[in-house]
Amino acid sequence: MPEALLELKDVHVRYGVIEAVRGINLTVGESEVVTLIGGNGAGKTTTLRAISMVHGPSRGEILFRGEDITSLRSDEVVSRGIIHVPEGRHIFPSMSVAENIEMGAFQRKKTSRKELNEDVDRVFMLFPRMKERRKQAGGTLSGGEQQMLAIGRALMAKPKLLMLDEPSMGLAPQVVETVFGVVETINSEGIPVLLIEQNAQMALQAASRGYVIETGEIVLEDKAQSLLGNDRVRKAYLGEE
Amino acid sequence: MASTTGTAATSADLRSHLDRNYPRLSQRLPDAVVAPSNIAWRGWRRLGYFRYLIAAALMGVIPWLMDNDYFPILQGGYGINVLFTTGYWILLTLGLSVVVGLAGLLDLGYVAFFMLGAYTTALMTDSGSPDQFHIVEWPTWTVLPFAVIVAMIAGFVLGVPTLRLRGDYLAIVTLGFHEIVRQSANNLTITNGSRGIAQIPSPEINLPFWQLDFGLDAEYYWWFLLIPAILLAVMMIRHLDNSRVGRYWAAIREDEVAASAMGVPVTKMKVLAFVIGASVSGVAGWIYAIKFGYIAPNSFPLLQSILVLCAVVIGGLGSIAGAVLGAILVTTLPEVVRELSGGEEIFGFDIESGRIAIFGVLLIIVMIYRPGGLLAAKRRRTELQEAGAADNVVTAEDPHAHIKTRDADLWDERKKGND
Repeated sequence: MPEALLELKDVHVRYGVIEAVRGINLTVGESEVVTLIGGNGAGKTTTLRAISMVHGPSRGEILFRGEDITSLRSDEVVSRGIIHVPEGRHIFPSMSVAENIEMGAFQRKKTSRKELNEDVDRVFMLFPRMKERRKQAGGTLSGGEQQMLAIGRALMAKPKLLMLDEPSMGLAPQVVETVFGVVETINSEGIPVLLIEQNAQMALQAASRGYVIETGEIVLEDKAQSLLGNDRVRKAYLGEE
Repeated sequence: MASTTGTAATSADLRSHLDRNYPRLSQRLPDAVVAPSNIAWRGWRRLGYFRYLIAAALMGVIPWLMDNDYFPILQGGYGINVLFTTGYWILLTLGLSVVVGLAGLLDLGYVAFFMLGAYTTALMTDSGSPDQFHIVEWPTWTVLPFAVIVAMIAGFVLGVPTLRLRGDYLAIVTLGFHEIVRQSANNLTITNGSRGIAQIPSPEINLPFWQLDFGLDAEYYWWFLLIPAILLAVMMIRHLDNSRVGRYWAAIREDEVAASAMGVPVTKMKVLAFVIGASVSGVAGWIYAIKFGYIAPNSFPLLQSILVLCAVVIGGLGSIAGAVLGAILVTTLPEVVRELSGGEEIFGFDIESGRIAIFGVLLIIVMIYRPGGLLAAKRRRTELQEAGAADNVVTAEDPHAHIKTRDADLWDERKKGND
């Protein structure tokens, strides 16, 4: 296993009296794609929200490059380079595509306009569709395009770790393939990705390692290839008998 | 948005400006009208800050314009009083427009800040009877920054604990805040309870070359006091809206989750909106207190908070022109109704006392036909039109395409109905 960039140690998250995540241990190494798969309500999104400190953990440590980030605010976590693409895309509907993408660079305070424009161009290169539609309001894009936009926006923040929450949700199979293709492209540039998915098949194909989460606990952890071959995973998540 | 890639390059053309902001109007206007206006429009835009001076001059001549024989009713003190009322209402709607329109926080207790500004003024000047409690007895002018600061502190104090709440809950808390402030003023000894504080001194100008007592001289001096306040507020809000902070607010308003995922310090920015909104109403409170010279808890009913919100919504959330128009409507319409009704009754109801009801009707009509408000902000319009619209192919050549094709199904249905 490569050296850990992100490390969760015995992380618990509660919503009031309910403990949604119960003692998770998870690592993401430099330039890895790691996936966390599990059913509805297993605690996948909760884990991500804990890492980005939108809803922090009640117990346990989250180390990013050796620093404990559990005492930080969500905007401070973002400025460390942990960029969270929330579930359901969450683009800014009335801002134009270009403005949405610019929003991603908001915490990079000392960046020159020129540098920023170069980064915007890079995103447009990755998503030519976005360039065509740069003046269009974000809310008028299709679901797949909105997902691309959300990822493109996240890239503007120069992520040290990109966390994607169910990027395939509600998308047509063909679009899902494009999205996962993008994940691979991003990773090939050396950006580590933590990918949360219900679509276990696609996620495990894209990832190098995987974790399976059930009712708030990690039940399996292995190389993605071996998980694809694991009986339990095949039955529970890949719909095979 | 000035900083947007792509749009800035074309902004010096009236046609493209209209296309972007008023597409339907633009379609109706022929080139013969737009082309000549373009020259004047470009010139106007090139004036920069001089535009505020021109606006000040135009606002300055209003008292003289009102003094004409065609509308005798506007002559004398009555017209000037309505003008003044409209003026401080414009300040209130501008301030609330930052909170509700830009940051998207539903504040039902905005007038509490106005009230705090007014009471600060009363308690820091030589008001009321000699034995009445004063914090200090300072000149009226000196007190202005304190009225603003107290309102801002109140905005901060209310904001920090409550701005984690959303939507309806925030509305209820702010509504409660208004009542807390009002009932405190009603029951405290230093505020003289429900009797209020009288004889708040008017400001005086005592320069070697210019002497003026606002209390004695012509009424329209009060209006002149409002002009710089209004223009400064407009300038501040325009700059904020076009800055990083404005973009933060837009992001929070549109999608709080995404905003925080992008690193926007959500709570901080919301508190900032509260504080800035409160600062404007602090100025309004100061002017109100020294103009009327008397304030009491009953001068600041809950209805006023709701009417200010009503004015902002009718005018157009997040739109400066809309806020101004809303204030004008809310202050002048009741006067018009009062004038037209002449004390008559319908079904035993006194029309005059029911004049607030017209805002209910107006609000419903505006919400049905112009949901973004009478002068809707561009951004708000697109927010309201935002819908699925998944498979509409929109080309860059057609600037109104995103509006025309926004909700394909609805659009098609409507067309079918017409055919």
